[in-house]
Amino acid sequence: MTDQSSFESSPVSPVSRSFSFSSLLRSPASGAFMGFAVVFILFSIFGFGRNFLSVPGVTTWVNYASLVGIIAIPVGFLMISGELDISTGAVLPASTMTVAIVCGHYQMPIMVGIVAALSVGALIGFVNGYIVTHTQVPSFIVTLATLFAVAGLTLYLSIFFINNTNSFYNAPAFAKALLGGKFYGFNSSVFWWAGLVCVFVFFLHYSPKGSWVFALGGDQESARNAGIPVTKLKIGLFMLCSTATAFAGVLQVITFNSATSQANFGLIFNTIISVVVGGVLLTGGFGTVMGIVFGVLTLSIVTQAIGFTEIDRNLSFLIIGVMLLIAVLMNDTFRKLATSWSKPSKK
Amino acid sequence: MSAKQPILELRNVDKSFGPIDVLHEISIKVRAGEVLCLLGDNGAGKSTLIKTLAGVHQPTRGEFLMDGQPVTFGNPKEAQERGIATVHQFGGTYPLMSVGRNFFMGSEPTKGFGPFKYFDRAKANRIAVEEVQKMGITRITDGDRLVGGLSGGERQSLAIARAVYFGARVLILDEPTAALGVKQAAHVLRIVNEAKKRGLAVIFITHQVMHAMAVGDHFAVLIRGAIAADFRKGEKTREEIADLMAGGESMAELEANIEVYQQTHDGHVPQMSA
Repeated sequence: MTDQSSFESSPVSPVSRSFSFSSLLRSPASGAFMGFAVVFILFSIFGFGRNFLSVPGVTTWVNYASLVGIIAIPVGFLMISGELDISTGAVLPASTMTVAIVCGHYQMPIMVGIVAALSVGALIGFVNGYIVTHTQVPSFIVTLATLFAVAGLTLYLSIFFINNTNSFYNAPAFAKALLGGKFYGFNSSVFWWAGLVCVFVFFLHYSPKGSWVFALGGDQESARNAGIPVTKLKIGLFMLCSTATAFAGVLQVITFNSATSQANFGLIFNTIISVVVGGVLLTGGFGTVMGIVFGVLTLSIVTQAIGFTEIDRNLSFLIIGVMLLIAVLMNDTFRKLATSWSKPSKK
Repeated sequence: MSAKQPILELRNVDKSFGPIDVLHEISIKVRAGEVLCLLGDNGAGKSTLIKTLAGVHQPTRGEFLMDGQPVTFGNPKEAQERGIATVHQFGGTYPLMSVGRNFFMGSEPTKGFGPFKYFDRAKANRIAVEEVQKMGITRITDGDRLVGGLSGGERQSLAIARAVYFGARVLILDEPTAALGVKQAAHVLRIVNEAKKRGLAVIFITHQVMHAMAVGDHFAVLIRGAIAADFRKGEKTREEIADLMAGGESMAELEANIEVYQQTHDGHVPQMSA
């Protein structure tokens, strides 16, 4: 026998159930959590005298985080599966304008508007997914193209239907309470986000299909050979992303009573920054939902709550830039830790 | 006599991509508990042949038989359902996923019902570790470990154990030893023998003659898309096989010419002019 030395036998205990600090550290979410904790503590110190910890202080960034978060998690799914979606910046205004035009201008029931907006999202996602899976064009370029195409179409159709690029819409009371209400300062979207986080955690980490998403980003050819419906799954993920974005748009228009057809380019950066700060590997195959949640919260604190601290508001972009760089460097370290780790063998 | 009947057989199979013929008149057969080694240099058509066997490509002409019955596979999934499993050079594993999840990729064990079905991690990890250990890899003891931390040989072994567990009858190994060191390769060859002992038909694709001779019962040399030689264990020496792979008869002829030259020129080899 050539290599008996490397065949150390150790007692078979395939499942480690015990809680350990090292297993926490190896989770891709831990880096994101530590980043969040550092930012939160620093902001609490600098913002103590300026209401950072007050109800309006906290709700400001949590409310913002909920809208970005509903979009960022599916964007993260796509990144885990090795794709990028930047068309979100156009899907959001398309969705808000759909609700405003259908329900505000044409006086249709709110449900019709919601279904129409979600359908617009699903359709854009299908187009993205179909083109990405049936051509060799990278998803960055495909969604860049749909970003501009949808943004242009939204402006054109807004002028065509209501002769205005902005619109106002007051939702009926029950819809307002369910989708755009306020509870102790928190918007309804926060609760929707919390619910969706549970569903997304279950989907990615517990349902059997979650593995498939990782497999797409790990090795697409092997995934196909293992019998995973690669094309369907990928189109599904693009549709999920655009539909979630459209849903965020619905929540936004019902909460703030206004819609705009201007493309939201900031959203694209915010979602991608959140996902990367949340520990998702840019090359795919690695990441967690909870990591993305912490990524979104961190980004929201830095961009939205800086006014409640003594830190100069103008520094927020600088902080985000530095944070993103640190996150990418740390992600690499965490991934190495995770792969090299093996359970200490009992001798 | 079912034992004599080949599990998988190709009869005069051609494969063309448009006007380009890649495989001509390929006839191979492999029986249960037998290792067929497909030898060939780069560009000999090995990958196309594997893809044809695995259901990725369909033969342009010729017959594809399993257990004596003609079959056609529309996609790799159909071939897998009939028990043809392919393991690729890098094991087809996902480095950043656990051993248990890799093992059950595409056929996850679940608990719960309806939309609340969830991945049964404990069961997956237990079975994965047991199966890998049965194949002789005792170093893998934790199903939660990420595959990226395993050696190349262990990853191959995991993939083979997976194929065996999911009821493969024909195991196609695509250059499993090409990227491995000497020890790791020996490791994989032992697993090939283990699979053979369990009655699997193995098609072992390689360009390393030594590895082929260590496990093969039957050899076929592929040159420019055609079977150039077909022989059983012990019928040819290692040098003869290497010659065949390098260009078939022409190589032997060249050597004979050199020998003649040496005899007539006091043992000097021919000088290259210019």
